[in-house]
Amino acid sequence: MAGAKLWLLLLLAGAFAGPAAALWPWPQYIQTSDWHYTISPHSFQFKYHVRSAAQSGCSVLDEAFQRYRDLLFGAESWQRPALTGEQHTSEKDSLVILVVTPGCDQLPSLESVENYTLTINNEQCFLLSETVWGALRGLETFSQLVWRSPEGTFFINKTEIEDFPRFPHRGLLLDTSRHYLPLHSILDTLDVMAYNKFNVFHWHLVDDSSFPYESFTFPELTRKGSYNPATHIYTAQDVKEVIEYARLRGIRVLAEFDTPGHTLSWGRGVSGLLTPCYSGSQPSGTFGPVNPILNSTYEFMNTFFLEVNSVFPDFYLHLGGDEVDFACWKSNPDVQAFMKKKGFGNDFKQLESFYIQTLLDIVSAYGKGYVVWQEVFDNKVKVLPDTIIQVWREEVPVSYLKELALITEAGFRALLSAPWYLNRISYGPDWEDFYRVDPLSFEGGPEQKALVIGGEACMWGEYVDSTNLVPRLWPRAGAVAERLWSNKVVTDPDFAFKRLAHFRCELLRRGVQAQPLSVGYCEQEFEQT
Amino acid sequence: MEPRALRPPRLPGLLAALALLLAAQGPRASAARGPALWPLPLSVQTAPRVLHLSPDAFHIANDPLSQAGASCTLLQEAFRRYQNYIFGGPVLKHLPAKSRVKADVQQLLVSVVLDSECEMYPSITSDESYSLVVKEPVAFLKANRVWGVLRGLETFSQLVYQDTYGTYTVNESTITDSPRFPHRGILIDTARHFLPVKSILKTLDAMAFNKFNVLHWHIVDDQSFPYQSTTFPELSNKGSYSKSHVYTPNEVRSVIEYARLRGIRIIPEFDSPGHTQSWGKGQENLLTPCYGGHQPEISGPINPTLNTTYSFLCKLFKEISWVFPDQFIHLGGDEVEFECWESNPNIQKFMKQKGFGTDFRQLESFYMQKLLNIISTLKKGSIVWQEVFDNHVKLQQGTVVQVWKEEMYTNDLSAVTAAGFPVILSAPWYLDRISYGQDWRIYYAVEPLDFSGTQEQKKLVLGGEACLWGEYVDSTNLSPRLWPRASAIGERLWSGKEVRSLDDAYKRLTAHRCRMVRRGIAAEPLFTGYCDNVLK
Repeated sequence: MAGAKLWLLLLLAGAFAGPAAALWPWPQYIQTSDWHYTISPHSFQFKYHVRSAAQSGCSVLDEAFQRYRDLLFGAESWQRPALTGEQHTSEKDSLVILVVTPGCDQLPSLESVENYTLTINNEQCFLLSETVWGALRGLETFSQLVWRSPEGTFFINKTEIEDFPRFPHRGLLLDTSRHYLPLHSILDTLDVMAYNKFNVFHWHLVDDSSFPYESFTFPELTRKGSYNPATHIYTAQDVKEVIEYARLRGIRVLAEFDTPGHTLSWGRGVSGLLTPCYSGSQPSGTFGPVNPILNSTYEFMNTFFLEVNSVFPDFYLHLGGDEVDFACWKSNPDVQAFMKKKGFGNDFKQLESFYIQTLLDIVSAYGKGYVVWQEVFDNKVKVLPDTIIQVWREEVPVSYLKELALITEAGFRALLSAPWYLNRISYGPDWEDFYRVDPLSFEGGPEQKALVIGGEACMWGEYVDSTNLVPRLWPRAGAVAERLWSNKVVTDPDFAFKRLAHFRCELLRRGVQAQPLSVGYCEQEFEQT
Repeated sequence: MEPRALRPPRLPGLLAALALLLAAQGPRASAARGPALWPLPLSVQTAPRVLHLSPDAFHIANDPLSQAGASCTLLQEAFRRYQNYIFGGPVLKHLPAKSRVKADVQQLLVSVVLDSECEMYPSITSDESYSLVVKEPVAFLKANRVWGVLRGLETFSQLVYQDTYGTYTVNESTITDSPRFPHRGILIDTARHFLPVKSILKTLDAMAFNKFNVLHWHIVDDQSFPYQSTTFPELSNKGSYSKSHVYTPNEVRSVIEYARLRGIRIIPEFDSPGHTQSWGKGQENLLTPCYGGHQPEISGPINPTLNTTYSFLCKLFKEISWVFPDQFIHLGGDEVEFECWESNPNIQKFMKQKGFGTDFRQLESFYMQKLLNIISTLKKGSIVWQEVFDNHVKLQQGTVVQVWKEEMYTNDLSAVTAAGFPVILSAPWYLDRISYGQDWRIYYAVEPLDFSGTQEQKKLVLGGEACLWGEYVDSTNLSPRLWPRASAIGERLWSGKEVRSLDDAYKRLTAHRCRMVRRGIAAEPLFTGYCDNVLK
């Protein structure tokens, strides 16, 4: 990139421009100065430009204006100060928004354009974006630019920003099976994701431990598979609410129904779905992965995914496919007979492939794309060329960078999660480790690099529920968010530390229970209620 | 499943059956239906006979024979608290509310046998023993002092559970209980990060649920000085993070009283001569100016060579001894860096004059001895970190040494007790050091008396403390980082030595953490699962 050097200078200039430039994630291009304008909370407005394709009535932006108003100035009503008759030329009374293409009622997608430019100078205070999604990103940046003096006056510095994400898929995984997360925990997380410019909520809905998703086709799944069918479930209404709440923040909901492993909770509500494990010649009473040899299994999957397809509007579904334990299949004489018949020999990977391929055909027939965990690739399942492979294993079978190289070499798109398992905690500032990762630092040509569509921070739930979710997520996930949004040259840990420490205080101010990075304080500390 | 290895007298068959039932649910393990006592009392006898309680027809009251009457507000408030804790579960609507329960147990009568100590502060010698008899129609709680009543009320509240229909239930039982160690502490650090008073009070609540009885308040350190001193107001004016990051005298008083009402001592720590950078901002010439490669404004530990230092300390600790009623003050004394002292020519001169040679430990000792003398003239006892002992400072009898260095801490315990000093163990219990998974098991497995020494030496172990240092902890993550991990230490310090079964502890602690969540403590999960009766 030709402008990289000049750009770095701008970056450093930004670093010294005080509170106005504590942006997170750092934008692609920014020019900012010490010159600032006042903003008066009582008169300030967000306005649609007359030529904007989105106008009043656009749900996504109307609601965003209200949210950012509250975030900036609080819900309190601001008294109009006594009129002095003098008009401050240095006051900004509005941010004017111009969106080029209409689409307020659509859903964000992998292809959504999130670019925006933000111009705050003597002439204008202006946000320009291709889509409403870009406008949302720009509004967040605008809200981070506004600062408050000790006397309580609001200011914004003269600033020019051109911004766009480095990767189109910037996700966060929550696991609602190992522990149930109340609806409000999910919604609150979506808010904070938007503050970090994350755009995919990967919802690992069900797993061995519980099945909280309320299926209307198979209500027994939830009735028998949830921790408590009265309280620990997500109703159809809840799911709708999550999807709409996410949409209004430019966030996709990527639902994961992981099979054929990780499905113990499914078996309680659907008899015959799981493989009966044998001990010797007798069924042991325990169950293994989904039974891949029965037609009834695929009939069930066909019907179940028809429902899933209609409930989750995103083009992509996550089909899991990780950590299939072959021991139970091996023990079962019917499965052994099936293996022989199919000519799979003793290679249970072929049986796994057989299952996954049949499942992928089902989902493709519904016109969906899909994401799978890396084992599906590692085990050489034949998948459609547009399959997205998610890399989660750090060292095995190969290092995650090597894995990315292999996947992209085979022509598949890839998502990186391996170095970003936020549930794995350790003493000290581990966010630096997350931050240091560069997803494209593997050996491969530019066409290969182009196939890495982004990554996800994963918060698995074995040791996480609503009591510790928020401080464990934030601001650690923020490190991943910046890595996926900002330019690859933004790597200086000191520069990041200053901004992230500031951003975490801003999160506290916004009511988010984000934990500290190091010793110190925030003007407003977290107060328990 | 392993047979439940419970210490005698064992919880009888019904509970074992319940446990089996729950185990059969497999991975969906939830909080047990049934009492889950934490920490496990000295002796529990529970009969299969199940009695019911009704929120409208149950109350806790003083026995007419009790030495504590209605004027003892400590107990009145405790009765009110525990009434709420006992019946704080959700009302299960689909069942007929009143008709279903006949109240088998209608009263818990509380009797204090000796002088109640209702108006006093708890101390290292406070009697916390109690006995509890749960039967129809009246249950009895008996203790020598109010402190035992507080512990017994907690135990009683843990005996009561909601059955599958939501009915409050208690088994007929007899419990006698007293702590294994008299000093069971939690250390919080309000200098690396300020903790709002509310967070401290919440912590005291949770401590009482776990029968902890000491809050070790590491109140100031290098980073900030939030303690507002009336004698030296500049210390916090200049040394706190901000004007709002301070503890006013009123707030300190309210913390002390809140703790007292829960039978918890507040031991303040004013750590010196190291860890004092923030003191220097508000008190000129207190810290040692460092020389040489350093920039001139850099200062080191407290300057031990000046008379002004000791007159300052005298006044400050006089105030502290008066503000904090506990018999003990923690004087710190850890991690003193000698480089700055070494660099300073005046200090070098002083060393020569005193004949210390180049042994700066002797200078440290000189300082600590003067400070210890100040404290004893104030009629207070001192607690110090282990370096003070390790560096051969001459200690007065009864000075308590706190062992925190993890490597070979059992040797340290041997050495300190061999020298005849009482000791507090913290080394294996640094809760700020987090790792993935169930680290509570490691804390739980510690046996504080597992060091070589005589019976007399073992008697010198007063107890231990779980330390939650604040470098990476503030009010956002304090509760889930502390609970239920600290609970493991709570049981280790309260329950009998032979209470060690991890399987049994896991079951009880899982239920106990759900109970804490129900009572408003954001205690994190031990593992996959869920809590019944939590409306969240």
